Amino acid sequence: MALHTEHEIHQRRFGRNVGLGVVLAAFVVLIFGMTVVKVTRGDPMQAFDHTARPEMVPVEPAEGAAQ
Amino acid sequence: MSDINANGEMTRTGEAGFGDYVALLKPRVMSLVVFTALVGLLVAPVPMHPFLTFTCVLFIALGAGASGALNMWWDADIDRVMRRTRNRPIPAGLVEPGEALGLGLALSGIAVVMLALAANVAAGLLLAFTIFFYVVIYSMWLKRSTPQNIVIGGAAGAFPPMLGWVCATGSVSVEAVLMFMLIFMWTPPHFWALALFMNNDYKDAGVPMLTVTHGKRVTRNHILIYTIALVPFALAAGFTSIGGPIYLLVSAVLNAGFLYGAWKIWRRDEVQAEADHYATEKAVFKFSLLYLFLHFSAFLLEAALKSFGLGGW
Repeated sequence: MALHTEHEIHQRRFGRNVGLGVVLAAFVVLIFGMTVVKVTRGDPMQAFDHTARPEMVPVEPAEGAAQ
Repeated sequence: MSDINANGEMTRTGEAGFGDYVALLKPRVMSLVVFTALVGLLVAPVPMHPFLTFTCVLFIALGAGASGALNMWWDADIDRVMRRTRNRPIPAGLVEPGEALGLGLALSGIAVVMLALAANVAAGLLLAFTIFFYVVIYSMWLKRSTPQNIVIGGAAGAFPPMLGWVCATGSVSVEAVLMFMLIFMWTPPHFWALALFMNNDYKDAGVPMLTVTHGKRVTRNHILIYTIALVPFALAAGFTSIGGPIYLLVSAVLNAGFLYGAWKIWRRDEVQAEADHYATEKAVFKFSLLYLFLHFSAFLLEAALKSFGLGGW
């Protein structure tokens, strides 16, 4: 029986690698898309980490300001 | 690679293709999860960005797929025996059980973390609980130990619309609970109708399905009782913020049909069922699929009409 350089098993392995590659690329696109949506929507992206972040404190009207 | 077995049949062995790993995620079950989760998300009162809606549904589906892979890892011995599941990747010798375990655990982690990031922590935790419930409580513990396995296992399938709702709102409300109850109460009559004409499969595998442990007469009684118990939950959803006159009308017709089918199953005996090759049972099983699909479609329709100033109460 002649030995084939391109055996069916190679095709299957190639298909698996391509599939995984596509999934990983799609995952990168997904994370990028999520980041764009969350940033452009103005979500507070900074979490509490024991450091004072004045920009995260909601702005309250000054005392005595006209209601 | 191809081998020829003792019967002279060609079988695939050795390396799995990409599709075999996809098959581990039970894509057909996933389609129901995607649909119900999407409805749960879209009918919620808090609008969500379309891209985040897409990612949420994707990661809920991925979580369902991961639990499917873990279920196939655990149930490989049963799957080998049952005709319906004999060609799954593990019993077919294409994927090693350890690979399914690894894939299931990895995808579970990814799905939970990503859902928490895409939506909120509550949704991530609920997805983690859903996977735990399906794999540990249902597959590992109750499936092989009680004939009420389907009742409890139904809860795992009932979580997706609630997950969708929690993604959008961050909390659980009466609407989410009623969507959960709709699937939860629907599952037993749906599966028992199937079990009536697939009895031998479960018997061979030693799964204590109600038909195996208590016989078909008791199963027929249970189908009727659970269908009657399902009706109030289905109708009650029509009076909440996700319901409306159209939903109520659709639900009333579908429930009347399902009740009629359950009653027909109940009044039959084995002699009659075998005489027509379980025609009624098969018809009710098919109708039950339509029942669930149309209920969730009606929720969606009410939500869509609301955006035009119509729909709802």
